[in-house]
Amino acid sequence: MRHIISLLMENEAGALSRVAGLFSARGYNIESLTVAPTEDESLSRMTIVTHGSERIIEQITKQLNKLIDVVKLADITEGEHLERELMLIKVRVDSHTLRDETKRVTDIFHGRILDVTDDTYIIELTGTGSKLDAFIKALNENCIIETARSGATGLAQGERALSL
Amino acid sequence: MSHRPAGPGCIWVEPWENTEVKLSGGEIIIQFLKDEGVEYIFGYPGGAVLHIYDAIFQQDAVQHILVRHEQGAVHAADGYARTTGKAGVALVTSGPGATNAVTGIATAYMDSIPLVVLTGQVISPFIGSDAFQEVDAVGITRPCVKHNFLVKDLHDLIPTLKKAFYIATTGRPGPVVVDIPKDITDPNIKIPYDYPHTIEMRSYNPTLKGHLGQINRAVEKILSAKRPMIYSGGGVVLGNASEQLIEFTRLLGSPITSTLMGLGAYPATDRQFVGMLGMHGTYEANMAMHECDVLIAIGARFDDRVTGDVKQFCPHATIIHVDIDPASISKNVTVDIPIVGDIKHVLTDMNLALNASKKKPDQAALKKWWSQIEKWQAKNCLRYDRNSALIKPQFVIEKLYEVTQGDAFVTSDVGQHQMFTAQFYKFDKPRRWINSGGLGTMGFGLPAAIGVQLAHQDATVACVTGEASIQMCIQELSTAKQYNLPIKVITLNNRYMGMVRQWQEFFYESRYSHSYLDALPDFVKLAESYGHVGMRIEKPEDVEGALKEAFAMKDRLVFMDFVTDQTENVYPMIATGKGHHEMHMSPDRELA
Ligand SMILES: Cc1cc2nc3c(=O)[nH]c(=O)nc-3n(C[C@H](O)[C@H](O)[C@H](O)COP(=O)(O)OP(=O)(O)OC[C@H]3O[C@@H](n4cnc5c(N)ncnc54)[C@H](O)[C@@H]3O)c2cc1C
Ligand SMILES: Cc1ncc(C[n+]2csc(CCOP(=O)(O)OP(=O)(O)O)c2C)c(N)n1
Ligand SMILES: [Mg+2]
Repeated sequence: MRHIISLLMENEAGALSRVAGLFSARGYNIESLTVAPTEDESLSRMTIVTHGSERIIEQITKQLNKLIDVVKLADITEGEHLERELMLIKVRVDSHTLRDETKRVTDIFHGRILDVTDDTYIIELTGTGSKLDAFIKALNENCIIETARSGATGLAQGERALSL
Repeated sequence: MSHRPAGPGCIWVEPWENTEVKLSGGEIIIQFLKDEGVEYIFGYPGGAVLHIYDAIFQQDAVQHILVRHEQGAVHAADGYARTTGKAGVALVTSGPGATNAVTGIATAYMDSIPLVVLTGQVISPFIGSDAFQEVDAVGITRPCVKHNFLVKDLHDLIPTLKKAFYIATTGRPGPVVVDIPKDITDPNIKIPYDYPHTIEMRSYNPTLKGHLGQINRAVEKILSAKRPMIYSGGGVVLGNASEQLIEFTRLLGSPITSTLMGLGAYPATDRQFVGMLGMHGTYEANMAMHECDVLIAIGARFDDRVTGDVKQFCPHATIIHVDIDPASISKNVTVDIPIVGDIKHVLTDMNLALNASKKKPDQAALKKWWSQIEKWQAKNCLRYDRNSALIKPQFVIEKLYEVTQGDAFVTSDVGQHQMFTAQFYKFDKPRRWINSGGLGTMGFGLPAAIGVQLAHQDATVACVTGEASIQMCIQELSTAKQYNLPIKVITLNNRYMGMVRQWQEFFYESRYSHSYLDALPDFVKLAESYGHVGMRIEKPEDVEGALKEAFAMKDRLVFMDFVTDQTENVYPMIATGKGHHEMHMSPDRELA
């Protein structure tokens, strides 16, 4: 099963390596990991997407909770939640048809063209991982120059929240 | 020892004095350790810690014990911690000092031992530049510490030290490393010092009280058991909960077994104790595990040496598990009734509930259960050949037990001698059996004995070791000389890495690849050259006399080299991947 684990941790140097080290040392899968400071400067919020049996996921959450720097943790996939990922994608658009086609697909997916040169676009798209995958599929494969994806982040819906 | 030093170099701050005193980082460390109640620092100097060593020189409230290798410093601090329950403290320099300490840190980590290890670091501006004797100590130790810190600012030093002790000693204990760049300890930069009596950390709050609903569920289950079994572990020792465990076991009337790490928490001479369980545990303990209907695991972590094949583990039992670390619960074996909390708290509540309950343990069922257990006990699984012309290792330990009246503090190294000691020395009190279980670190025994002897200066301390293990930290004989520590080193010298040889005999058709120790030193001369007494014992009839003679030398370290039977194996044994009911007995007493 795929799980999204969100955690608040002390904004200390090395906190990220403790989490990354835990996953590699214990052989847990990691699909993506994102981290950034929160509105409270002393805290970072990390979102980890991982796979495993219920038993493994339980161990993962327990081991993460055990890290001294981790203040609070939630498996947001346990309830209703929203999940978003940001992708920036650079595509080659060196013909009229390509430019039109790319613009059309981008509009359908509610993406935005952020940068335009004679031959390239940079497109911004947010959505679930599968929406981003679908967008990539919809583009002409040969035109993709590079992609940068943020990894998923998410929030539980309603009153549930990860805050102190 | 903790009198106030006189003279101008005095840095001590007494509560009634003006606390506006300013101290340098080096002085803060030592003053802090004193205020924290630290008696000993086990250490070894080097460039990055020279400011700290200078502060040590100027006082004598905290005694520094100079070891001969940083691994020895950490093991000695560890031995001290295991026997006192207080945090052990080690101090090492940057680079090689820190890397030498790693084995010791990992040893403490695996057995959940509270340590604070201070490592020197290159000056802050040099960090990351591959400076002389720079290693990323925080990075290297991360996987084998409970937590670690790099002190980046002198003002962080005091709270960091406080956090280090707090984290190391509370919850599930463990080692904490504090990496201190040399500029932080600069004698010319001083800040006000005030000892923080408490510390709060929003990210760290170990659970102490167990959930009452869970406790009641457990008690109900226990009282309806027909074949209850207690499996206790190192957590009982770590949590100082022997008294509560004894009461609990009496209330239940059930058999109790212990892991290697828990020995002594429940008196081994008590009739309810059925011996150690696991790979080299007793037949009765392992069979009782296999047949029980309610298993109460207390402060034990279902290690693979204990469970054998997890698929066959306690097939008939409802499993209750008390542990302070939620991650220990259902890690290797799925537990039916988990109780997260400190053992002392949880068992106190359980005992209250048991005493208050109208329902009592089923005496008729217990009687039947015990008569079954007695049948298993009658197999006498630890029997060995007492008529051998060679010294049997088991015999030495039995005699050691007699001569020390079961009242010694015993450390050990790793191998067959460790298992024989666990099987034959009946520990009745906690914190007297000091050994490396989780990491299984050869070389642990002697330095650990140094820490133990310093903690209990007048007590009898023995280190049971093998001729291979002892050579891994033998340099600490010099430390023992310097501080006049009258440890008795009991070497069971089989001229083999016995435990390795045993596995090669069983699983590699006796191909003894590199398990034979050629070119052994003359241990008697070696001991003498360090200034100790050496003895070599070659005949069974000399064993008892030699032990008596050695233990009568109250003020000398005696190195006893027992020449033992090379072919002896540790029995009984559960081979890897087998169940508790599939024990091997010694060939001359294989079960029908
Ligand atoms: C050569 C060799 C052979 C071995 N053979 C055996 C063998 O036959 N049998 C055997 O038993 N072992 C054997 N071992 C040791 C084995 O490897 C493990 O170290 C040992 O079994 C672990 O003991 P434990 O489960 O008591 O856990 P420990 O490592 O002592 O862990 C303690 C547990 O208690 C918890 N705890 C700590 N403090 C508290 C508290 N205050 N309240 C509640 N819970 C707490 C911790 O979270 C942890 O889960 C052998 C080792 C070697 C080197
Ligand atoms: C540092 C280290 N290296 C290797 C091992 C693997 N090992 C376990 S027991 C053992 C042999 C120990 O021999 P000895 O000290 O003579 O004890 P004996 O088994 O003969 O009693 C070895 C090599 C270990 N546990 N620790
Ligand atoms: Mg040997």
